[in-house]
Parts: sequence; C-alpha cells; structure tokens
Amino acid sequence: MATRKATTVYLYELAWILPSFAIPVGMLVALVVTAFGAGIHLPGQERRIDPTKVAETAPFDTPGLVELAPGQYEVRMTAQIWAFAPNEIRVPAGSTVHFWATSKDVVHGLLIPKVHVNVMLLPGQVAHAVARFDTPGEYPIICHEYCGIAHHTMAGKVIVEAAR
Amino acid sequence: MTRSEDRLTAAFVAVALVALFGGALTGVFQALEHSGLNVYPSTPLVKSYYHSLTLHGVLNVLVWTTFFICGFVPFLVTRALGRPLALPGLAWLTFWVMLGGLVLAAIPLLGNAATVMFTFYPPLKAHWAFYVGLTLVVVGTWLVTLNLALTWRAWRRQHPAERTPLAAFMGLVTFAMWTIASLGIAAEMLVMLIPWSLGLIGGTDPLLARVLFWFTGHPIVYFWLLPAYMSWYALVPRQAGGKLFSDPLARTSFILFLVLSTPLGFHHQYTDPGIHVGWKLVHAFLTFAVFFPSLLTFFNVVASLESGARARGGRGWVAWFARLPWGDPSLAAQVLAMLLFTFGGIGGLINASYNLNLVVHNTAWIVGHLHLTVGTAVTLTFMGICYWLVPHLAGRALWSRRLALAQVWTWFVGMIVFSNTLHRLGLMGMPRRTMIGAAAYVQPEWKVLLPLVGAGGALLFLSSVLFFLNLVLTLVASRAPAPAVPAFSEALSGADHAPAILDRWRPWIALAFVLIAIAYGPTLVRLALTTPFNTPGLRVW
Repeated sequence: MATRKATTVYLYELAWILPSFAIPVGMLVALVVTAFGAGIHLPGQERRIDPTKVAETAPFDTPGLVELAPGQYEVRMTAQIWAFAPNEIRVPAGSTVHFWATSKDVVHGLLIPKVHVNVMLLPGQVAHAVARFDTPGEYPIICHEYCGIAHHTMAGKVIVEAAR
Repeated sequence: MTRSEDRLTAAFVAVALVALFGGALTGVFQALEHSGLNVYPSTPLVKSYYHSLTLHGVLNVLVWTTFFICGFVPFLVTRALGRPLALPGLAWLTFWVMLGGLVLAAIPLLGNAATVMFTFYPPLKAHWAFYVGLTLVVVGTWLVTLNLALTWRAWRRQHPAERTPLAAFMGLVTFAMWTIASLGIAAEMLVMLIPWSLGLIGGTDPLLARVLFWFTGHPIVYFWLLPAYMSWYALVPRQAGGKLFSDPLARTSFILFLVLSTPLGFHHQYTDPGIHVGWKLVHAFLTFAVFFPSLLTFFNVVASLESGARARGGRGWVAWFARLPWGDPSLAAQVLAMLLFTFGGIGGLINASYNLNLVVHNTAWIVGHLHLTVGTAVTLTFMGICYWLVPHLAGRALWSRRLALAQVWTWFVGMIVFSNTLHRLGLMGMPRRTMIGAAAYVQPEWKVLLPLVGAGGALLFLSSVLFFLNLVLTLVASRAPAPAVPAFSEALSGADHAPAILDRWRPWIALAFVLIAIAYGPTLVRLALTTPFNTPGLRVW
C-alpha cells in the first residue's frame, strides 16, 4: 500500500515536472525568435564618456536633430536635471530615428511609449535606441527614473508630421 | 522551545510591524496623490512625494521583510530541529546590530537627507549614515546565517543518519542563498558608496553600482519569498487539514533556488547601456530556468491544499477549492496570497522576457507587479503567519477572527483593484516613481484609470488598519489563552524518498558560485578594470 501510494505521487510529480520544463523552454524559443527574427533589440554596450565633460564631447557638444538621409534621423540628446536637450523633435511620418543620449548629472531614463524607446541614461555611458514613427501625432518623451524633486517635470515630445 | 527564542522572535517581529505600519501610511499618501489628492503640504514629517516614496520602499521591502524573516525563520528552524540556537548571546547581539543599523539609517531617512529610493542609485548621494546603517542590517543577516549553520551542525552531530527536517532545511537554504547573494550589495556599500559618502573618494560610477546592486537586488526577492514558501510547504498543508504532497520535490525546488537565484540580475538592467546584449540574453535564459522551481512549488503546494480539501469532503476538479477551511484567517490569507502570486509570476515572466521588457521597464506595470509579489505573496502570507505567531508570542488568543477575515479579504480585493490598474497604466506608458498628479505629460487615457489607484490604495490602507487594530487589541484586550502553534505537515511522499545529495551543502554552494562566475565574471572583471569612478555625487531633492 505504501509503495503504491509513493508510486502514484511519483507519477503525478513526473506528469508535472515535464511540462514545467517544457513551458519555460518553449517561452525561451519564442523569445529568441522574436529578438532575432523580428529584430527587436535592447540597448547594448556602446562607449564610455566623461560625465563631467559631456558639453565638450562630440556629438553631445551640438545637441539636436540631424538628418542622415531621407527618412533617417539622428538625435544627439543630453539629459540633466530636469530637462532633455533637445526637448522637442519634429520628423515626418515614416521616419526612423536613432537616439544617442547620455546624462550630465544623475541617472535619468528615456521613455517614448507606443514606439518602445526605453533606455536608461547613466552618467558615464552613451546610450543608443532606435524607433520608427509611422503615425502622425505627438509622442511624449518621459524621464522614467527618479532624478530628484522635480523629476515629474522632466519631459519632451516628438512631433510626427504627415509626410510631405 | 525556551522562552528566550520566543522573546528574540518577538523583538524582530515587533520592529518589522512598526516598519510595516510606516510603509502602509506613506503608501496611501502616494496612492491618493495619483488620484489627484496631494496630502504632502499637510504632512508634518513627510516633506515630499519622493520623501514618502523612499520611506515606503525602505520600510516595506527592506525593513519589514528582513526583520520579519530574521525573527520567523530561526523560530521555525529551532522548532524543526528541536534544539535552541547554538549561540543565544550572538542572536541577541545580531538583533541589536540590526536595530542599531536601522536607527542609524532612519535618522537621515526621516530627516529627508536620504531621499534616494530603496535602490539608492548613485550619483544621488545620501548621508553616509544611511549607507552605514543599511550595511549593518546586512551584516546582521550574515550573523543569523552563522547561528543557523552552527545550530544545524550541532544537530547533525547528534543525528548523523537522519534527514534534516524539511522546515530546517528550507530555513538554512534561504539564509545560505541570501548570504551568497548579498555579496553584491556588500561590495557596492563597502568599496563604493560608504567611502564616497564619507568623502574618502571623490567619484563613483552609476553602471558598476547598478550591476552590484542588482546582483543582490533580484535574489533579495527570493530572500523574501522563500520564508513564505516555508510556511506554504511546512505549515499550510496541515492548516488546510491535509498533507504535504511531496517532500523530495520541495527540497529539489529549494536547492534549485539556492543555485539559480543570483546569476540573473541583468534582467533588471536590460535597458542599461554599457552591458553587452549577449550577457543580457544569458541572464534571460537563467531567469527562465529559475521559473522551473517556481512551477514545482506551485504544483506541490496546490496538490497539498487539494489533499486537505478532499480530506474535508471536497469533490470535483476545481470545486474542492471551496472546501478549504476558509474560516481560518491564517490559511485564508496565505491561499489568497498564492492566488494573486500566480499573476505575479506570469507578470514576472513578461518582465524577464528580454525584448518584451522594453514595453514595461520602469513603468507603473512594475509597481503593479511588485505589489503582487512582495506586496501580497510575501506580505499577506506574513500577515497570515502573524495571526498565529503574534498570539503565540503574546500568550493570548487573537482578538477577533472575523476582523482578521475581513482584513484578509479587503487586502485581496484592494490589491486586485490597485495592481490591475497599475499594470494597465504601465502598458499605456505611465512611468513609475513619479509624482503623476503634478506631471506635465499625463495622457487622457491615464486620467480615466488614476482614481482607481487611489481607491485600491485606500482599501489596502483600510486593510492594514484592521490588521494592526486586531494585533493591538490582542495585546491589550484579549483574555483567552493562545492556541497551539501549527504543527509541521506530514508528507505523502516523505524525506526518505529524497536523494541523499540534497542534504549536502558544498556541491550546491560550489555550483552556485560557478554559475555566478560564468554569468557575472566577464562583465564584472571588465568593469573593475575600466571604470574611472569620475561621476560626482549630487543631492537633488
């Protein structure tokens, strides 16, 4: 009787362990496929910058929007308490925008909901993120890391205009 | 059990409960702020939303959890081993070191000189006493580990052939895991933040600090969760009128937590620049691996509950659930905590999902998530434990069982409203840790939901008031003697079915260090060699 009970428990265990193993593995496969198949990339290792000399270091000595090619833009952005520079960007619909950004003081964040720009801006590190703006409208740029007493005022916007 | 162990547990739990009260009070201020009611101009001690938020985070996730665990786990381990702590004097010294550290940290914290959140990311620079105080609390937890290890060794000498009792095994694994995991935060404090805050070194580095913080910052959630699991495995099956389904499976999952909890902290830093995406992917893999012991726990605990409900006449595939002893507030609290933790676990997988993290990182979603995990799976379970532990320690029966049931259900409903709303706001792009009521960029679709944050927060606060009221009345007004402490559960499949290697420590601890070396080694070595420590500190609050 004791043996039969133990065997039953063992079979239940097995019946659970196998799917418990299969579920995370299946999810991992889905994750890798979407990361590399769909080309959704995380911020990675770019380069260091002296956080006390951001204003003198290219490309952050000239913050702003640069058109690289038709429909291709680059933003050189600095974050400091409690503002982004530039804090307003205008691009035509269908543009791809590369954000190159860093912080001049404390840790900030760069969040543009809907287009999934989500990157931390750390003093000493250059951050990179890419977004494609297809639909005309206003997209808020939000600092999403606590950066002091007026953190909630730190914002900007991307204005996407109907294609010319 | 000597009265001395009980007094020690009572001391730790008392500090924990005071912290929880402070955490609950500041919490409701923040929830009301989100729904448009700014109370800060009229709060005498709390200077700003961010001061309140720092207090809320530190008191709840660092103080309430840690002090409760350092009281509760040795209580269970000594009972399971049937012997007192090896060094009772050290145990009291530990308590005073931790309390001293807490007071030291509390002075700048209350004085608005450490408004840096519980993550204290530099170059935000708090007063040195904040860092030194928190470090003393961590040192105290190491002394608990030492005392538990010595107690187990003394037990082992007298019982060379026996399996370690399950509750003792789990308590030891919890503290062994935590001690390994806490090396990251210890390094951050001792090498970077303390000398920097004292002015001994001029600069710091945000990236290295974050890597060291999250080395500890993810496994700390297992340090909070595993004591709740101890209750779910070792006590709840019997409280439900049944038996633990499988002792070997319980031991297996705890050993997997020991091995896998630490080498996965980069999943909190997916959006950080300066870490190679390849290592982020490795940490994503390991995070999914630690989901495996979580699923084992889910199965084992639910099967144990089912055995209790069926013994009480429960039938059917799902209908047995209604036959659990829902009139027992300790059990009701813990089963409802498990129920919400299911959603917390699913949300956690989404957070860990590498590229999917881009949608939720640092949004209100995360706040919703951690209120399901540490705010419910852990906190509501600890509240359920308090419903038998506090009466036992006080020697008086709980003042009101019905009030306790009302408290438990209010927490459950309040948390569903609060957490669901925050998850949805996060998906709409609302940032966390932000004074939303005063923000310039509140979107029209957020405005519809924000009142629900206040409503959920108010229900949670009401629940905590009922909780503390019941405990205070137990101390001052209850006259009936306390009922017996819940006995340890028997198992359907017992310890004798568990492989002997699960009772050994060295192979598993060695494996944990190997995985840490693989997952963290290259990045930590690179950062140690190349970091210039040239970021000056700032006080911007």
